[in-house]
Amino acid sequence: MIHVTELLDASVYDAQGNYVGRVRELCLVPTEQTNRVARLVIARGRYQPLVARYDQVAMAVPGSVRLNTGELHLDTYHPDEGWLTVRKDVLDQQIIDLHGRKVVRVNDVDLVEVAVNNHMELRLAQVDVGLHGALRRLLKGVVPPNLIRFIQKGLPTRSIPWEFVDLIEPDPLRRVKLKLPESKLGRLHPADIADIIEELPPAEREAVIDSLDKETIAEALGEVKDELQAQIIETLEPERAAEILEHMPPDEAADVLAELPAEMASQVLEDMSRPEARELAELLQFGENTAGGLMTPDVFASVEETTAAQVINALRGSEVSVDSLDTIYLISTDNVLTGAVPLGRLLLATGETPLGQLKSQQLIFADAQTNERQVIDLFDKYNLRSLPVVDAEQKLMGVITVDDIVSRLWQRQA
Amino acid sequence: MRRPVPQLRLWRRRIALFISVIGPGLITSNVDNDAGGIYSYSLAGAQFGYLLLWTIIPMTIILYVTEEMAARMGVVTGKGLSDLIREEFGFRTTFFLMLAVLAVALGNVMAEFAGVAASAELFGVKRHVAVPLAALLVWLLVLRGSYRLVERVFLVGCLFYVSYILSAVLAEPDWMKAAYHSVRPVVEWKLGYLVALLALLGSTVAPWQHFYLQSSVVEKRIPRERYWETRADVLVGSITCMAVVFCIIVACAATLNKAGITHIQNAADAAHALRPLAGEYASALFAFGLLNASLFAASILPLSTAYVICEGIGVEAGLDKSFREAPIFYWLYTALLAVGAGLILLPHTPLVRILVLSQVVNSFLLPVVLVFMLILVNRTDLMGEWRNTTPRNIIAWGTVLLVIVLTFALLYLGVEALGVVGGQGSR
Repeated sequence: MIHVTELLDASVYDAQGNYVGRVRELCLVPTEQTNRVARLVIARGRYQPLVARYDQVAMAVPGSVRLNTGELHLDTYHPDEGWLTVRKDVLDQQIIDLHGRKVVRVNDVDLVEVAVNNHMELRLAQVDVGLHGALRRLLKGVVPPNLIRFIQKGLPTRSIPWEFVDLIEPDPLRRVKLKLPESKLGRLHPADIADIIEELPPAEREAVIDSLDKETIAEALGEVKDELQAQIIETLEPERAAEILEHMPPDEAADVLAELPAEMASQVLEDMSRPEARELAELLQFGENTAGGLMTPDVFASVEETTAAQVINALRGSEVSVDSLDTIYLISTDNVLTGAVPLGRLLLATGETPLGQLKSQQLIFADAQTNERQVIDLFDKYNLRSLPVVDAEQKLMGVITVDDIVSRLWQRQA
Repeated sequence: MRRPVPQLRLWRRRIALFISVIGPGLITSNVDNDAGGIYSYSLAGAQFGYLLLWTIIPMTIILYVTEEMAARMGVVTGKGLSDLIREEFGFRTTFFLMLAVLAVALGNVMAEFAGVAASAELFGVKRHVAVPLAALLVWLLVLRGSYRLVERVFLVGCLFYVSYILSAVLAEPDWMKAAYHSVRPVVEWKLGYLVALLALLGSTVAPWQHFYLQSSVVEKRIPRERYWETRADVLVGSITCMAVVFCIIVACAATLNKAGITHIQNAADAAHALRPLAGEYASALFAFGLLNASLFAASILPLSTAYVICEGIGVEAGLDKSFREAPIFYWLYTALLAVGAGLILLPHTPLVRILVLSQVVNSFLLPVVLVFMLILVNRTDLMGEWRNTTPRNIIAWGTVLLVIVLTFALLYLGVEALGVVGGQGSR
């Protein structure tokens, strides 16, 4: 294994052993191969820099590179936006560590040497984010490379395999030219993505969000701090913002919408599909800290006469969100809340039992105007996982689930 | 047709946003008037009367211009100053800069605890009790996570500076003379004068505050459209800060200097400046103010230094991380407090000298940090249309040059003074 720090500024010699110049930059050409060092840029003082292709390198050791060809066969260097440069784009920059699920800063890059025919390919193996790389950078040029390697023997290493690294390129045009492989960030849990998004500066954040699909963003956005949610949405095109908000739970979408500038908010609502937009507009009527503001209108309700089997069938065919599904609410024909059936009881009942017989003895619900504190008290007192919300005529409007309460409690504490 | 959006929650959002944007500049400038600052200003007034007042206007401009650069970089790049330096100048440069920042920060932390010790002595409390207690208090307060609250409490405590304004008025200073010296620059190439001048500069335009301000702005996630609010905040902060400096100098000139106390030996001397306002309670008032200023800075400075250094060298930092996740961060923070407080407890530690010299050392680091900031803030690829304008560049580069000249003059005079002493000794 050889480190980029040991190769940068290394002396380059041609096949005859004549000095050519010094390594200034290592470039990858992601469109050809994602981890091969495809070009070495060789600086020659006041002369134009040269470029050695990967198959022109015979050997690379710390501090020196040997080519398998003469200087005349090398091209002159012209900057190419489609090349990924290790010194400029990777070293000292922030990357996403998909394994550790966080943002880290690169101290050094480790390469492995692979002998192919009569040349030696250098491939990116891992990025060093620990003490080893730091020490190498610090001591380079002052202490010989071998001595540095000796000093480091006992120190702990911290590195991330190249395939678990997500590069963040804030410039969208450059991103297209680089054709960086599809972001692997989407594979992480939305909560982890949210943490990473929170840590990034705005330009990098936009780049990351751009690379994710709308379902993933919607889920991750739900986990991001409130004040940041609106800021993120604000940077998007209203159309895309509308798509993302549609995929969010309505109560969260309403919170985001309320934080947006009025102009943008109405444009987003306009771009949304009609039923969703109406739902959100209704939610926005309620104060943020009332039961109405906390609830989601996504609620599954049925009349008392329906049998257990019918309900389960109906559930299978419906688009109800699994997150808020732990109770079936019973309503009269004019939508007045009459009871609640815990999902567990429904599963254990025989198919032909009508829901009316399965409902819990006490029915606990909150008026839409109930304040947050009282709602939390209800959850605590009755050990609830969900709480139905009704209007002045006791008509069912929505439900508050315990996950909303947990995050509210957390915010209150902070 | 556009659907109307309910306005119910919108006004609340506006107010919350405004309060959240106002702040970083004001806080930074107030932390600036820490223990070392109060002593440096007092010393300037006591020793040279109104003579140094001419520095107020140029220093206000320098303070505003440099802080504004940091704030602007924070808003535009969304990155802290040490992050930017690391990304653009590489590991080694950053590492050595961070070492310097650490050393200077340690000097400032010592000054804060010297302030604690001085005010404790005015209250009749032994410094061996007060200093460890204060260090422990700050350490716990910050680690318990109520840092924001702590910040607000101390900010309110800064109303103490009003007492200097009142005292300055009640002392019946020679306003004509004060006004005259405010616009008439005097440069004396004498050691004492240069020390006072650089201490003034180093405490008002402290290099660490640029790191702190930029990080605060980043943390607040202020969008570019609202940048003007931050700029207003920085401007208000700079002017408030310098107004306090002006009043302290005038108050000291009209009391200490007039009474012939030109060398401040201890806190009791410095407290004299508040006599016109508080009479026999001057000592208590001064002690309270000094304690507040010291604790305020002591709760911000070590923490922000630990953040800055960890971000620069690229290791994990943050109070939301556990000790196992961010060991270097927690060790740095703890060590700064422990060593800073510990050194004050050594026998015969000269409190006043530490308080003033730490500020002089601040001004040594200032040009270095400014050069990095100037290179970064003029980069088109980073700042785009938000680059520095020429007048700002002239002011900032002029400051760099000026401070370097003053520093070398000071070093030259210092060495010469030592040389004279050494020569006499050998005879």
